[in-house]
Amino acid sequence: MTAALVPVAPETPAPGARVATGRRARSRRRRTVLAVLVAALLVVLVVTLCVGERSYSPLQVLRVLTGETVPGASFNIETIRLPRMLSGLLVGLGFGMGGVVFQTMLRNPLASPDIIGVSAGSSAAAVVAITAFGMSGTALSLVAVAAGVAVAGAIYALSWRRGVQGARLVLIGIAVGSMLDSVIAYAMTRAGVYDAAEALRWLTGSLNSAFWAGLGPLAAAMAVLLPTLLALSRRLSALQLGDDSASSLGVRPDRSRLALLLVAVAVVAVATAAAGPIAFVAFLSGPIAHRLVRGTGSLLVPSALVGALLVLVGDLVGQHLLVARFPVGVVTGVLGAPYLLWLLARTNRSGGSL
Amino acid sequence: MSTHTLAVEAATIGYDERVVVHEMTLEVPAGRITTIVGANACGKSTLLRAMARLLKVKAGRVLLDGRAIDQIPSREVATVLGLLPQTPVSPEGIAVADLVGRGRYPHQGWFRRWTAQDDAAVEEALRATDILDLADRPVDELSGGQRQRVWIAMALAQQTDVLLLDEPTTFLDVAHQVEVLDLLTDLNRRRGTTIVMVLHDLNLAARYTDHLVALREGRLVAQGAPRDVVTPALVEEVFGMTARVIDDPVSGTPLVVPVGRHHATNPQVETHDLAG
Repeated sequence: MTAALVPVAPETPAPGARVATGRRARSRRRRTVLAVLVAALLVVLVVTLCVGERSYSPLQVLRVLTGETVPGASFNIETIRLPRMLSGLLVGLGFGMGGVVFQTMLRNPLASPDIIGVSAGSSAAAVVAITAFGMSGTALSLVAVAAGVAVAGAIYALSWRRGVQGARLVLIGIAVGSMLDSVIAYAMTRAGVYDAAEALRWLTGSLNSAFWAGLGPLAAAMAVLLPTLLALSRRLSALQLGDDSASSLGVRPDRSRLALLLVAVAVVAVATAAAGPIAFVAFLSGPIAHRLVRGTGSLLVPSALVGALLVLVGDLVGQHLLVARFPVGVVTGVLGAPYLLWLLARTNRSGGSL
Repeated sequence: MSTHTLAVEAATIGYDERVVVHEMTLEVPAGRITTIVGANACGKSTLLRAMARLLKVKAGRVLLDGRAIDQIPSREVATVLGLLPQTPVSPEGIAVADLVGRGRYPHQGWFRRWTAQDDAAVEEALRATDILDLADRPVDELSGGQRQRVWIAMALAQQTDVLLLDEPTTFLDVAHQVEVLDLLTDLNRRRGTTIVMVLHDLNLAARYTDHLVALREGRLVAQGAPRDVVTPALVEEVFGMTARVIDDPVSGTPLVVPVGRHHATNPQVETHDLAG
């Protein structure tokens, strides 16, 4: 009907050419966005190594990284800044990718693990373990990861009614989250001064305790979990069309959802165990990534990159740009809270569905 | 033409404790259009869902090519049997061609990613549904009728020989309903696709169907060519409604005219006399 408006090709194009053109344009746009994100991330990584109480030139940093001993620089960069940068990177990638899996699967931007109490589960367990049992180190991290997974399982089970629906899970998750917050508050009132200081790290989210020792397990866990999520991303994109469509495409909805949830929860819990629940990173990364790549494919990688940027930039700002030093969680919290308010307001206006 | 066979054998289907369809036995004619009709809550969608393997049968079997469908790997079923569900969800911001492209999922795998063949399949599906011009538009911006075409195109891109549709005309105005059914008929005639659908409108069903299946309270009441099956007695039995059945002046297929309690100025009108 509108054929007259479309310029007629001189010869018959190959079948699929019309579709391929549009698809290529979209994937070009997507690649551009990804390239910009990666470039920005690289810049931030370098800046993180260069800037501090003593700043170094990128050249000095490069010399240290290639194994040279640079007096006055090696210790600062190798022992303090490099592990901090690497854990910020890994934690950010994890929060970003884990969060967007939740939001996509439950079709609700509020269904992020830091809103629905998964991160709170890890924090509460850690705080109780510190204050009541004096735990620390690897054991403490394991408890936090296990608690995150367990709380996610409980929320999932509580919201199960012939399948899980996003909005119900969000509400139950928020309720479970506030229960866990009161557990945290109770544990903190009983805590000694030193324990409380250690516990506080689990509540705000900070890279202050990022040293080489903790980096190995974190890197190993992420090296397994993030590729697993990527491998599951095609199932996620089938689930996005609704359970019925997913099954008709040959994807088993319940199994796939369970696998995705388990891995995503593990990613978020591991990240939380490493740096505390850095506020709103999991919650913000997906929507920001969605704005950037807008409908050109899976959000997993873009959201992971945005997450890493949020954590690293937040940490830089908290460490160097403000009057006092703030943990990264405070900075991202300030960013995330207004967005949460806006989302809630929008939900209210449109009658509850997002 | 489709050589795949789909049949239901003494199947009892339901949700939890509630049985909706009782010991149903049904054979879907290959390469034809079959429509399941019946009153609300008679189990027609439930039956279709079981045939699409969305629901497990409680007893009996659903057979695809003679094999119990729940014994066949999901991926394999998905290359033979496609489904247009009642309420599919489109991801925010996705372009029409990309959504239709999701129908290629069963044809891809770990080592076989997107190819020119997939582009060709998507384009063919968009052409068949007459939405090639919309290929790069976001699905969110389309009207209800256009969106339904997109979903049908996605099912077409899956290139299955059997296509199940659960009320493909709901939410569409009458012009779009006819358009969708014409489209399905094209598909059936050109490719020989076996089509099974659930429809609300008995008259459209009678016109567009080769094989009509009428259900009441989860049991089979009648099946066969609409001309043989649609009678005042059947309408009475299936819908609990008095009606005349006349010849559709356009297609010659049976046309059901409800009597109702009001406006029946000529209740004695005889059937089969309006064809001329």
